[in-house]
Amino acid sequence: MTNVLAFAESRGGDLRRAALESVTAARVIADARGAEVHAILFGAMGIGSHAAKLGAHGADRVLVVEHAAFANNNPEAVAAAIAARMGSGYGAFICAASATGKDIAPRVAAKLKVPVASDAIAIAVNGSAISVTHPGYTGKILQSLSLTATPAVLSVRPGAFLPKAATKAGAVETLAPTGDPSASRVKVTETATGNAAKLDLGDAPVIISGGRGLKEAANFKLVEDLAAAFGNAAVGATRAVTDDGWRPHSDQIGQTGRLVSPNLYIACGISGAIQHLAGMRTSKTIVAINKDKDAPIFKIADYGVVGDVVEILPILTAAVKQAKAAG
Amino acid sequence: MKLAVCIKRVPDMDVRFKLAPSGKAVDEAGLKFDISDFDGYAVEAALQIKEKLNTGEVAVISLGPDVVQETLRKAMSMGADRAVQLKYDGALVDSFAIASALAAELKDGAYDLILFGRMSIDTAHGAVGAMVAELLGLPCINAISKLEFDGRTAKMRRELEGAYELVECALPAVVTIDEGIARPRYPSLKGIMAAKKKPLESRPAQLPEARLTLDTLTLPPERAAGRIIGEGTAAVPELVRLLKEEARVL
Repeated sequence: MTNVLAFAESRGGDLRRAALESVTAARVIADARGAEVHAILFGAMGIGSHAAKLGAHGADRVLVVEHAAFANNNPEAVAAAIAARMGSGYGAFICAASATGKDIAPRVAAKLKVPVASDAIAIAVNGSAISVTHPGYTGKILQSLSLTATPAVLSVRPGAFLPKAATKAGAVETLAPTGDPSASRVKVTETATGNAAKLDLGDAPVIISGGRGLKEAANFKLVEDLAAAFGNAAVGATRAVTDDGWRPHSDQIGQTGRLVSPNLYIACGISGAIQHLAGMRTSKTIVAINKDKDAPIFKIADYGVVGDVVEILPILTAAVKQAKAAG
Repeated sequence: MKLAVCIKRVPDMDVRFKLAPSGKAVDEAGLKFDISDFDGYAVEAALQIKEKLNTGEVAVISLGPDVVQETLRKAMSMGADRAVQLKYDGALVDSFAIASALAAELKDGAYDLILFGRMSIDTAHGAVGAMVAELLGLPCINAISKLEFDGRTAKMRRELEGAYELVECALPAVVTIDEGIARPRYPSLKGIMAAKKKPLESRPAQLPEARLTLDTLTLPPERAAGRIIGEGTAAVPELVRLLKEEARVL
């Protein structure tokens, strides 16, 4: 059997974009082998209502595992159920290299006694082997890796495999959890999802990011205003300002924070330290606003504006609002 | 409390890398090496636990050629009590092979807590910590930014994307450390002198066959050179026009 199992990541009862991206990546392997993609979806009772969406994005079969203990992150029980399912004969397991996916993939791989190829930005199938492109060294070196283990366990970089609509609907199957999912040795005592209405950095097609050039924490309001004008934007930050407590650590974009790849990235008052560039250089269009014309960010920006970001942002926000209103 | 921290020696990233003629390795000439970023946080976290409890031992373990002894000495100069080198001279990207060698070293160590950085800064697979936990049958909490103890229960904060969770787990356990937990200290002169006399054992790494292997390294294509379109607020109309008509993102 060469079918591919894709991890359909969810949070708070909703599918994440990562779920659809892992299905897209799984299709690359399945199509090369004439095999099927099965998406496995965990959640509290009712999560199965999202199965159709997975089918509509390329899953031939959706495996739904519902249990109250999957309402929160439960990597022990999720990995156990995935490893057990893999035992019924799959050629590969794929998830997104999100915080959740990076927690699951190595557990599944170790249970199956195979390595994991993480954070792939490209996948090629050569017979029984799979080769992946993996960005290493803060994105400065691309590693081409051969994965000869069976099954293959991979994670794919968020944004590298975009969701694709499919024409046929997937079949839905209900699976029982493996063991007792509420018996996990790690207990979640509290979760904070922040503002539920807020777009996550991994999901947002537009990211507006702020750095020290904003001068003070209160000026992040200008960044938020621009994000609101776009309507589909999330707000990010540099390590310098998260270290200073202007923004939470979870907002940090960079090698040690979030690795993002949106359609549009607007860097506001960001000089472009290597560690920051490593987290956003694969964005499709990059705009930089900075007062130092020699700042490294201008070397990679498609459109650079030299000037004081605190003065420019309100004008840009008004212009974006106007452009949006004009359709 | 008996603590182990697994650390990796990595090059400083603030350079323009060159490839070795083989195309399979980084040209190491002129590069500076140190403890990988997150592993440094893990060492610091372990030292702080030991200091707070005022008892216990911190062992540091690294897999690699003899140059990793320098990295292990650095961790001991920060305050770790002893070190183990799992000697292997080749390059290795197979996370399961690495985890197997580390698990073989750790399994009879009776450690209460085993710490890793959440990923290495060079190869960046972020897989070895959780794999070691699986191989040892221990619970694993990945990417924690806070760690406290209530007797034998570890209480932790885990960073998720745009969210966090608070979790608890009884020891023994494996944790991987995110930043935010503790800035690594600089070794003191006294620490550096003391580290020279601390025990460093070296033994061959017990590695299974690698099934994830490196074919080639390439440097990514450079982005097209950046373009400055104007200065100050006067540039805004042109920027909006380009976003709309050229980049088609507005």
